[in-house]
Amino acid sequence: MSDQLRVNWIRCDAHGLCAELFPERISLDEWGYPVIDPAPIPPQLRKHAERAVAQCPVLALVLEHTDP
Amino acid sequence: MTTTHKTAPTTLPRLLGGLEHADGLATLDRHVGFHGALTVAAQPGRPNDMLRESVRASGLGGRGGANFPVARKVDAVLGERRRPVVLINATEGEPPSRKDHVLLRGAPHLVIDGGVVCAAMVGAHEVIIAVEAGSQREFAALDQALAERERRHVDGRLKIILEIVPDGFVIGEERALINALNGGPGKPTYAPPRPFQKGVGGAPTLVQNAETAAQLALIARHGADWFRSLGTDAEPGSALVTLTGAVAHPGVYEIPLGALLDDLVAAAGGLSAPARAYLIGGYFGTWIDAARTSGLRLSNADLAPLGGGLGARAIVALPESACGLTETARVARYLSEQSAGQCGPCVHGLAAIAGGMELLARGDGRQLPDIERWIGLVTGRGACRHPDGSAKLVGSALTVFADEVRRHTVDRKCTGNGTPVLPIPKRAATGRTA
Repeated sequence: MSDQLRVNWIRCDAHGLCAELFPERISLDEWGYPVIDPAPIPPQLRKHAERAVAQCPVLALVLEHTDP
Repeated sequence: MTTTHKTAPTTLPRLLGGLEHADGLATLDRHVGFHGALTVAAQPGRPNDMLRESVRASGLGGRGGANFPVARKVDAVLGERRRPVVLINATEGEPPSRKDHVLLRGAPHLVIDGGVVCAAMVGAHEVIIAVEAGSQREFAALDQALAERERRHVDGRLKIILEIVPDGFVIGEERALINALNGGPGKPTYAPPRPFQKGVGGAPTLVQNAETAAQLALIARHGADWFRSLGTDAEPGSALVTLTGAVAHPGVYEIPLGALLDDLVAAAGGLSAPARAYLIGGYFGTWIDAARTSGLRLSNADLAPLGGGLGARAIVALPESACGLTETARVARYLSEQSAGQCGPCVHGLAAIAGGMELLARGDGRQLPDIERWIGLVTGRGACRHPDGSAKLVGSALTVFADEVRRHTVDRKCTGNGTPVLPIPKRAATGRTA
């Protein structure tokens, strides 16, 4: 079981909160849209990921659980 | 004299058979006289498993560009509990492609038969055929054909509906098409749900391209072994190709998949001017250096090592007198304007790439490193593949036209004669249409 962050690009409005809340895996491009690092999210970072997902003002960030 | 295909044709043409005359196979009598009658009928609520297994054995891949196995889409729809519908995507927003238009005008009944075959495979009650507003002749051909079938009670209880959707490049994307049919804007939606889960009217929807439908109409008549007697093992059957640019007779041709590009060009009367490169796969395709096309076969397996693919099989021969960078810059601008405008990286990234390419075409290479970075940056970051396909085209131009890049940026010279080769729809010139 692994977790993967996914962006709903139609919803995303480049608020940029996700990059502040989860800088370990999310940076912003030159237009302010998130760039997701595809590296696996270790258990100790899970809380950060969940917070970024919950705080997105347009609910554009999704944490998907995929079976390896 | 026209040969008849009531018995299975052993050679080409298959789909284009009977279309030598101006009015082609527009009437039901001519269609049935040439291809024979379709013997399968859709039975709403009762999927035809034998037919589905025959289609699976044929190995037919979707002819809209993605080459996705038809049988797997059928399986996915059948895996849903709700009553499915069939959607035949008869839009052709790809500017250098005319193959679906030719088929719809000349052999509308073959495409409709294919819709019936789809309905039979999934047990659908309803088939929707969607054409763009600008495709008036294709609409008229389908409309007449449907009226004739209804008068003669050809399709029983199966409901076949012709729908008109807005023009544009993105409308052909299946989720954009469904969105438009559901009364929304003709723009892609977030997936999931995918069309097989929730499509037209919320029903599980089997979406197939018009040429795919026509292929199904022939597989239902002649079987899987017949279908596989042309093409390669991995990519069986024939396919329609639109060949334009520097050839004597531009037009739509039918080839066995895996045919030599050289043979296709020869069938079109040969080159009308020496070719610098070929654009293969339309505007989401790739440029291939003409120096590498001798002996090149037209299949995805053969094109993959060159970074390419067949896509919807629009091929343009670029003459040496044209500038590949200028041509690509024009298309990059068009693709940027055709963005549905929903996803930030696509909106900003494609506009930046187009701007960088326009500078490059004018001899200013300052943004070259940025263009390369933007290509990586937009890829995979949209609700649909529009940014990916657009970026791929530009990336291949920078590789194949490396000499031209140097000539522009170092020698400050463009050797192009200024005559545009790649078509851009006029309507698109003012900007976003989706």
